[in-house]
Amino acid sequence: MKRGWFYQAALLAAAGLVLWFFISNTQHNLETRKIASGFGFLWREAGFEIGETGAIAFGAADSYLRALGVGLWNTFRVAAVGVVLATILGTLVGLARLSPNWLLSRIAAGYVETIRNVPLLVQLFFWYAIISENLPDPAEALQPLAGVFLSNRGIAFPTPWSTPALSGFNFVGGAVLSPEFAALLVGLVMYTAAFIGEIVRAGILSVGRGQVDAAHSMGLTRRAALRFVVLPQALRLIVPPLTSQYLNLAKNSSLAVAIGYPDLVSIANTAMNQTGQAIEGVAIIMAVFLSISLSISAFMNWYNRRVALKGLRR
Amino acid sequence: MNAAVHWVRANLFSSWPSALATLVIFWLAWKLVPPFVDWALISAVWRAPDSGACREAEGACWAFIGEKHRFMLFGTYPFEQHWRPAVATAVLVFLWIFSSFKRFWNWWLSAIWTAGLASIAVLMWGGVFGLAYVENERWGGLILTLILASFGMALAFPLSIVLALGRRSRLPVVHAACVAYIELIRGVPLISVLFMASVMLPLFMPEGMTIDKLLRAQLALILFAAAYLAEVVRGGLQAIPHHQYEASEALGLSYAQRIVHVILPQALRLSIPPLVNTFIGLFKDTSLVLIIGLFDLLSTIKISLQDPKWAGFGIEAYLFASAVYFAFCYAMSRYSRGLEQGAPERVLRGS
Repeated sequence: MKRGWFYQAALLAAAGLVLWFFISNTQHNLETRKIASGFGFLWREAGFEIGETGAIAFGAADSYLRALGVGLWNTFRVAAVGVVLATILGTLVGLARLSPNWLLSRIAAGYVETIRNVPLLVQLFFWYAIISENLPDPAEALQPLAGVFLSNRGIAFPTPWSTPALSGFNFVGGAVLSPEFAALLVGLVMYTAAFIGEIVRAGILSVGRGQVDAAHSMGLTRRAALRFVVLPQALRLIVPPLTSQYLNLAKNSSLAVAIGYPDLVSIANTAMNQTGQAIEGVAIIMAVFLSISLSISAFMNWYNRRVALKGLRR
Repeated sequence: MNAAVHWVRANLFSSWPSALATLVIFWLAWKLVPPFVDWALISAVWRAPDSGACREAEGACWAFIGEKHRFMLFGTYPFEQHWRPAVATAVLVFLWIFSSFKRFWNWWLSAIWTAGLASIAVLMWGGVFGLAYVENERWGGLILTLILASFGMALAFPLSIVLALGRRSRLPVVHAACVAYIELIRGVPLISVLFMASVMLPLFMPEGMTIDKLLRAQLALILFAAAYLAEVVRGGLQAIPHHQYEASEALGLSYAQRIVHVILPQALRLSIPPLVNTFIGLFKDTSLVLIIGLFDLLSTIKISLQDPKWAGFGIEAYLFASAVYFAFCYAMSRYSRGLEQGAPERVLRGS
């Protein structure tokens, strides 16, 4: 055990030395480049416009802090909508894969196989190219459903209080998803749904055939058996890996920077390029994503305890 | 005939909802497949001297891929030297195929990998054996993707073993350091680690010392992959029955001997299927280096689209990118599934 303490002391000393080396170099480099370290830059004027500000008003005269706030809100927006839609689509994919209908299960399997084996970034570029290059101008927008318009300006759809209508070169009223938001959302949802589908499938398969047969013989309908017998048991297996898929979706939303959606990472990137405050910028990104990760895990752990077997609670 | 009718009844029309689903699928296929086939094959332009023919045609412009394929695959590597990245690609693919056979899973596999990776470095850089020197700013395309993924995996692997052993260590400082590292990296997006390497690392270095961009991105991928791999290796370590540890201890083996001769050979074999899955993830993740300005496969394809003569063929370009990535990832995922279906005992025995 004594040797153990010696190793640990050596490890600490080595880590300290490396850290000291980095810090002293960094201080020297910042001095020669005349960059003031610290978070003071957050209160300076950002000087750039943001294409999509969501609920927060933003102009070029506002501070970097406010710009990052807008970015955080945009990240949160796409991640929250994405998690909900990916869960729904993923569940449908998982159920389709287990369908007795051969065609349906083959199509779901093909979907999962294709989506999982192509990088998300390629898929995002693909959707963005479809929306921005291949959809028609607003004047000739496609209308797959009444009131929903697909054009190279994004997706316009009705809300309970207003419907979109063409006015000049763009849509007014309803809700409009920008091409960047739409491409990111579609990409994230389709990508994550493929993984969630496999998790749902494995969860349902884990419930023994005997359980379903027993439920049926007790007179439960197919739907009731699924709701009261299969799902409660399957959820126990589904929830933990589902949590990591939600985390992945939140982290993957950072790819927004590649297609120009102003999420936290892309705004922090702009701020880093303008101010040279690289350390602070990366630290902000990491701190935000670590807190998102920790909050999602905390929430899902709480939910997991609720669905876990009563006797096995830990 | 009877069997076919029976099959259709059982698999397509077994119940009303199933029959309805079948009809909806047929209707959708009727609506979607003919226009797609027409776009992708019948009306497509396969060869064209310039983009004019493509602009007039209704279908896909595959001529764009034909025109740009050398740049897409090899980036800005000197044109007359393209055989070098091509051979390097072949060597890497050979290394991966060679490593996929269970009978080669032993310690000298790492010697073969070292030799293989060294020969790739010689091929790509040159400067010896009469090969012209090519600085790595000019590397690009498929080989860059393969290099980032392969070197990333090969170098992250030893690091991940150390991290996994450290996480299971009884020494509190070692344990805490490894847990902190693994959880920190797994909690943040890869892009932030890449930013760290591309913009923060230069600040960490003494004045005048620079590490080039490719090396920095490679370092970021190694550090990132190591955290995920460490969890895979830890899974393998945990699956080793406790009596293996006890028996090797009872034999009087030292910690290093126990780990190297008893535990790791078993644990690593067990972790190979999930390891392949991590590698597929890493392979896909290399596409993110585009964001920090490296010319990997996706990046060269995207740059090809910036040629004003050929702008606007994004769908064709990204379908091509998808096809290349899919070919590699699908092969690996089929392989990993094959391994998973084999019984763990067989994997352990290496037969």
